[in-house]
Amino acid sequence: MEIEVIFFGSITDITNTSQVVVSGCMDTQSLMHELINRYPSIASKKYFVAVNQKMIQDNTPLKTGDSVALMPPFSGG
Amino acid sequence: MHSNDRYIRQIILPGFGNATQDKLGQAKVLIVGMGGLGCPVLQYLVGAGIGTIGIMDGDTISKSNLHRQLLFEEKDLGQLKVAVAANKARAQNSLIQIIEYSFAINKNNAIKIIEGYDLIIDATDNFSAKYLINDVCVWLNKPFVFGAVSGYEGQVAVFNAAQAGIMPIHYRHLFPVQPADNEIASCEETGVIGVLPGIIGTMQAAEAIKLITGLGNPLANKLLTYNFLTAQWFGFEINSSIEVPLINDQFIRTNNYEVNCHSLEEDLDDIDIDEIEVSRFLDLKSDSNVFILDVRELHEYPTINFSDAQIPMSVLKESIHELPNQPICVICHQGIRSVYAAQLIKLHKQVEAYSLKGGLTAYFNKVSNE
Repeated sequence: MEIEVIFFGSITDITNTSQVVVSGCMDTQSLMHELINRYPSIASKKYFVAVNQKMIQDNTPLKTGDSVALMPPFSGG
Repeated sequence: MHSNDRYIRQIILPGFGNATQDKLGQAKVLIVGMGGLGCPVLQYLVGAGIGTIGIMDGDTISKSNLHRQLLFEEKDLGQLKVAVAANKARAQNSLIQIIEYSFAINKNNAIKIIEGYDLIIDATDNFSAKYLINDVCVWLNKPFVFGAVSGYEGQVAVFNAAQAGIMPIHYRHLFPVQPADNEIASCEETGVIGVLPGIIGTMQAAEAIKLITGLGNPLANKLLTYNFLTAQWFGFEINSSIEVPLINDQFIRTNNYEVNCHSLEEDLDDIDIDEIEVSRFLDLKSDSNVFILDVRELHEYPTINFSDAQIPMSVLKESIHELPNQPICVICHQGIRSVYAAQLIKLHKQVEAYSLKGGLTAYFNKVSNE
């Protein structure tokens, strides 16, 4: 099961890529654990999580082909 | 020049007409921030014939502004942005009124100034101002058009716009807690490509014109992002289901918008803490020697009765000395913040620190299944 993960803004500074494919995660909670294992600094960042471009709050089941985005706040002007 | 000649190219548009032009002429719009975002917003709103435009910024023009703040010229260096921008705006359109506020927005002036306008444009470059504008607009029921940039990426949204039957969404529904200014880098640190705030600011002006005229559909309930490098736009559907604090004048008066460094430079990644499963947590919970610390923000739910203290992550660093010198088990919503909190505690207090894996979500899953 492959999930496309897209990073934005300052999260990309941690991951050094704007996109990764993660497999084997059944829901957003296990996906976040996998991402924090790979990129521990994400744990201390503020961001919202979106599944297929919809913001989520609760643990959400994932299926192949879903895309998950981590969107941090931007402050520049 | 008759004003109709000036605006004729938009008045003849289908669905526009003189009545729509009159709405623009009667509108009062405040632009907070006269930098990369504020310059294009001002130019297009002046061109469109917004009757009254307030512009607010305390900064003076520096050389590093010139690549993206195109209202300013080399001869203007050192002058107040608001004064130079106001002169340009008046030269562009003498039929409208420009009101200058040559100082920064703060808690003491925000409510008084914002209440005199119909629509606010957040064209600021720091979180203190962005959260203050959000909270004051929520308190005063004013819609505002949000814009922000970071490196090669930008965000734009319409917040707090009234819609029939739908609770208006605002910035705290996306990011409930204000980040410290050093938590997310600013343009000064990360740089910004000049054309990017031009694109985002122009989008803000477009949304402002739609809100005032009622043309089309405003960008409500969405956060739109643009990436300069890929030329991709992403629209995120956002909702108001996250718990946010009750925003009123007392909240604004007592909230600390000047959030200072809880320095995150420290490298916590190397600090080993125990991430424990729910079954182990149940053992620790009944061990009176282990201190259970909830680091969720105060507005988060559900409330629980088995923690020894709740110290939100946003203030943990300042409060670490209040924690007892005994093993501490940290819990949060999903077990993400609690890892960082446990590392921070272990670094500063040298006590045994645990984090509940999967957080309260995992805990309630397990407890309710048994």
